[in-house]
Amino acid sequence: MSDWSMIDTWIVLTGMVIAMSCALVGNFLVIRRMSLMGDAISHAVLPGLAVAFLLSGDRHPLPMFAGAVAAGLLTAFLTEWIRTNGRMEADAAMGVIFTTLFAIGLLLIVRAADSVDLDPGCVLYGAIELSPLDTVPVGPWEWPRAFAIGLVVLAINVVVIGLFYKELVLSSFDPEAAAALGFKPRRIYYLLMALVAVTAVASFESVGSILVIAMLIVPGVCGTLLARRLPGVLAASAVVAMLSAIGGHVMAIGIPPIFGFVDTSTSGSMAVAAGILFVGVFLVAPENGVLARWAHQRSLRDRIRCEDVLGALYRWHEEHGEKGPVVRWPELAARIGLGPTQARRIRRLLRRNGLIGYVADDAVHLTGEGKRQAAIVIRDHRLWEVYLHHQVQLPADHVHATSEALEHLTSDGMRRRLERDATGASVDPHGKVIP
Amino acid sequence: MTGMPAVSRHEHSPAHPLAIHDMTVAYHRKPVLWDVDFDIPEGNLVGIIGPNGAGKSTLIKAVLDLMPKASGEVMIYGRPYREQSQRVAYVPQRESVDWDFPVSALDVVTMGRYGRIGWCRPVSRLHREAARSALDQVGMADYAERQIRQLSGGQQQRVFLARALAQEADLYFMDEPFAGVDAATEKVIVALLRRLREDGKTVLVVHHDLQTVADYFDWVIMLNMRVVAVGPTGSVFTRDNLHKTYGGRLTLLDEAAEAVARSPQ
Repeated sequence: MSDWSMIDTWIVLTGMVIAMSCALVGNFLVIRRMSLMGDAISHAVLPGLAVAFLLSGDRHPLPMFAGAVAAGLLTAFLTEWIRTNGRMEADAAMGVIFTTLFAIGLLLIVRAADSVDLDPGCVLYGAIELSPLDTVPVGPWEWPRAFAIGLVVLAINVVVIGLFYKELVLSSFDPEAAAALGFKPRRIYYLLMALVAVTAVASFESVGSILVIAMLIVPGVCGTLLARRLPGVLAASAVVAMLSAIGGHVMAIGIPPIFGFVDTSTSGSMAVAAGILFVGVFLVAPENGVLARWAHQRSLRDRIRCEDVLGALYRWHEEHGEKGPVVRWPELAARIGLGPTQARRIRRLLRRNGLIGYVADDAVHLTGEGKRQAAIVIRDHRLWEVYLHHQVQLPADHVHATSEALEHLTSDGMRRRLERDATGASVDPHGKVIP
Repeated sequence: MTGMPAVSRHEHSPAHPLAIHDMTVAYHRKPVLWDVDFDIPEGNLVGIIGPNGAGKSTLIKAVLDLMPKASGEVMIYGRPYREQSQRVAYVPQRESVDWDFPVSALDVVTMGRYGRIGWCRPVSRLHREAARSALDQVGMADYAERQIRQLSGGQQQRVFLARALAQEADLYFMDEPFAGVDAATEKVIVALLRRLREDGKTVLVVHHDLQTVADYFDWVIMLNMRVVAVGPTGSVFTRDNLHKTYGGRLTLLDEAAEAVARSPQ
């Protein structure tokens, strides 16, 4: 890492502009649930390049570019045509179209590679490491050509998406409403496909036709996990894209030497970095992340167990009177079915919230606040029993288990309606008093 | 269909919010709705009823140019739909969109303003305020910033209705707004329909609950692959017509539709 040079900076900058342009259009593929289309278009670009090359006879960028974009749009169009006329699922149609086009492209390129320097490996995996060597003058500076192209494409994407933002959102979310309002969802769709094709072509040289899919899809997937509204999704995906580029290059030049190898492919490492970022986001994203959901489940479970303890203590006091025999914690925990570890957690939670108190020998009792909260749980339970017995007309000996589950899930609104339906009832179907 | 004489069975008044003339709609060339022909007078709540597969949604989609018409024409206030799209609001079936989409309730309602805003122009504060007030009218003001995934089914339906309200249209099409909603939402929708009628709007609603038809709607369109009856609920919503509408498919018409689909173009 000590020998970081200007070359490395250029590689990272090039990776960043490419990853961000891909992420920006890729978001719309992800939210339209057509991620595979990114794959299809980026693959289909290959025959476009090859045909343009064979027709024009050299590697002049403009015909190559036009050919590739045309091939991308052709994929989108053929997919749509097969889907509507062949009455086939879009993914099946895509699978047929892009593999065929890609294979044709591969054949043409292998054929052409005999006579000129068109390297199939480079087409597949990209050569971002070499990009700083090929520069173009931009004003007073010399910029790598790939970087300059990436910057132009990023600008195109930002401008077009900015201009058609509301049309893109509407026709992605509700194409029928868009059509009814006079916005042409089909035109918007092909505009988006054109942007994907342009972006794929521009990214091609650097990250290759296979890895461009990672840059199109992974940042968008992370964005939807991290943010709730599209502007936030776009911003989050741009950050993920930048971090993939930086992380990818650092990994490519930093990790192999540790094991005594030379540098590995930066574009490959960028895709790996994106994958690692995805795993991180998948774990820690607020709300939708695995950890957040796990923590939510756990706190819900804890609350239910605490309420079970409160309810059991309430019933004990109810049965034996306030001055009656004491109940010991291990007995109580066993009766509710808590394991030893769980029992310790729940006891700690209940004591911390001041809901239970201790006298000697593990004997537990409800505190004032504990009694108040226990009364709510028991009240909900018995109101549900009344409701299930009288409104749903279940027999009295069948209402306990369901009420046991529902007592923990009763919202204020549900409670008000239960109270309204149970007007006048002072006891549950078993004759127990409703507190 | 093409050989039919272009003679009108009766005159269509240009003032009518909706006038359909001899419309046949086909899906993959197979006719699913035959020779629809009726006018709807202004200021009515109109129920569209019929069994599954009767062509209720198809009728709406054909009127809104979302499905091609095999023949016939549709006039909205005397002119073709494409000239009148601003005056027509559409509430699709709730299941027709992806509710995991990363937009807020207010974002969805604001979409109702897009037609007024026009291509490539940003949403101004004024339009966002109009959207907010539409959300308020369906009792959803407190949920404006929620992601739509976090809303209940009834709340999602109200968001869709608010989007139609935000459009400030004159003619409304609602595809099963009462399907699977809670009692509170049902009340909100009924109140909303009545308010729209007081304002002189015309509303067509695909409806399934036959119990409430007479209660909710002034007019009724009874469909089963063709129009069985159209008119004021009091005179049209009869046992006889219900029997014709729900008494099974016309198997000969089914067979004819298959034959049309297979015939050369």
